[in-house]
Amino acid sequence: MTQQCVILTRQSEGKKPSPACPPVGFFHLTERILDQAATGIGNVTVLRAHFDQPLALRSGGVVPAYDLVYETYGSLNAAKSNAVLVCHALSGSHHVAGTYADDPNNLGWWNNLVGPGKPLDTDKFFVVGVNNLGGCHGSTGPKTINRQTGRPWGAEFPIVTVIDWVHSQARLTDLLGIDSWAAVMGGSLGGMQALRWSITYPQRVRHALVIAAAPRLTAQNIAFNDVARQAILTDPEFHDGHYYDFGVVPRRGLRLARMLGHITYLSDDSMAAKFGRELRGERLNFDYDVEFQIESYLRYQGDRFATYFDANTYLLMTKALDYFDPARECDGDLSATMARALAKFLVVSFTTDWRFSPARSREIVTALLDARKDVTYAEIASPHGHDSFLMEYAQYHAVMRAYFDNIRV
Amino acid sequence: MLAPDRLDYQVIASWVPQDARVLDLGCGDGELLAHLRETRGAVGYGVENDPERVLGCVRNGISVLQIDLEQGLYGFRDASFDVVVMSDALQALHRTEKVLREMLRVGAEAILSFPNFAYWKHRRAIMEGHMPVSDRLPYQWYDTPNVRFFTIVDFDALCEKLGLRVRERLVLDDQGRPVEEEPNFLGSFALYRLGRDS
Repeated sequence: MTQQCVILTRQSEGKKPSPACPPVGFFHLTERILDQAATGIGNVTVLRAHFDQPLALRSGGVVPAYDLVYETYGSLNAAKSNAVLVCHALSGSHHVAGTYADDPNNLGWWNNLVGPGKPLDTDKFFVVGVNNLGGCHGSTGPKTINRQTGRPWGAEFPIVTVIDWVHSQARLTDLLGIDSWAAVMGGSLGGMQALRWSITYPQRVRHALVIAAAPRLTAQNIAFNDVARQAILTDPEFHDGHYYDFGVVPRRGLRLARMLGHITYLSDDSMAAKFGRELRGERLNFDYDVEFQIESYLRYQGDRFATYFDANTYLLMTKALDYFDPARECDGDLSATMARALAKFLVVSFTTDWRFSPARSREIVTALLDARKDVTYAEIASPHGHDSFLMEYAQYHAVMRAYFDNIRV
Repeated sequence: MLAPDRLDYQVIASWVPQDARVLDLGCGDGELLAHLRETRGAVGYGVENDPERVLGCVRNGISVLQIDLEQGLYGFRDASFDVVVMSDALQALHRTEKVLREMLRVGAEAILSFPNFAYWKHRRAIMEGHMPVSDRLPYQWYDTPNVRFFTIVDFDALCEKLGLRVRERLVLDDQGRPVEEEPNFLGSFALYRLGRDS
């Protein structure tokens, strides 16, 4: 795979994601975050790579040229054998760890896991975070100007799938001079990318860490995604995806989509513990304003999300989730699909995750067993549902640390 | 000198074919699997539900699957392993019959070891009015993880009932020496190699 054409620039041209852009965990402990920043990776720089070879997509569409923004942490060793790719989930970004000199509160979304002395130790590993194609944090996506039309791509941006992301990331891998990743890892949609990497580029992945993921979406998962999409698509300010031209954003739709999504990231128990039936005011008002704390929380999350996330990207990400089904290539036989992989696997699930439940991870595990792959599976007891993968449970992080410690570089 | 533990590992290893695919149920921190990998070239996976032991396996570089055995081995294909081992763990599971059936569904053979509740020192303890505490039953009645108390004779009867064929059996005393005579009285620990009736 060759492509010339790579332009590397420093961060002035890259884009820093908003501080709120990570799929933030349930509890926002500012003091703790600052603490982590102090002991973490410090200030980081956004990098940008340009690829001017067309990328043919699974949908049949083509992206004629594209940029990927990315960040790196730690140093690539002489053998280039210590590189780890971190893939992001639906609303994540390339900003995995650290802060920015001019934006000290903007902490990477997996800062608790990645850094010096952390489970994914940047004293040992060279870690790369990348914003996916179609994203809204600086990589080419619907917000980007389409050079052929001079207007933002908008709804014309082709549908991208997980395998397209993996191909686009493979070019970045070439650019960085990395033959094979010591590990590719991710949670949720990021875990699906790790799985896809291991199938599509078996020689280039030595370990795949697939966290809080699933081998394909269920009807229920797709249903939630479609409700979220309908919220956006039916917003009068969506303008068939060309809202940029009208100087508006489909804020209401995006907000609803996020509120719905957020419910699926949390567990019933964690919501009950955090909010219960607590009221915001003193008494019931018998109207449609915010009364219960959970309403206040969800509306706040939705409003905030709608200020920084792009609606077209949200649509693309949910479609990538829906289409993900690598077993399709082998008539639905996941173990036959996984037989191509050469990596060793760590699969992790969380007991209260009902979006991608432990049973979904078990499907991956048994497929890997049947394909005679090396696999370790940890089912972490946690109360916080799907969002658990972003949190810092002792058992979870201890398993991750032990696994990374045993990866030879 | 090998500790008694090591001797039962040696016996298990001698029953595992070279390069076998092995599933070790209740694998602890993976010590037995490491031994089988070293001595028999086994490709092994452990099953363990205790978080600390799962972590121990990951630290020791053992492929471990965190699964609750009481729920059976759902998702595991029939006959997908050469041998399914359960070393010194059957007495700590409630669903004894289900687990035994599952072992011989998923494995061509099963290897099991367990403490013999009818060992004469255990009987003596009961005669003296106490629950037995020994090297093989090293717990007080109030803190034991064991939930099933059974003897060699009881286990033979269950194998018969479930149609499991005893292919080999070795009974050890508390010094780790093989017991030939009166195993249910003189043996503190039993190892079985089981197959299906065919």
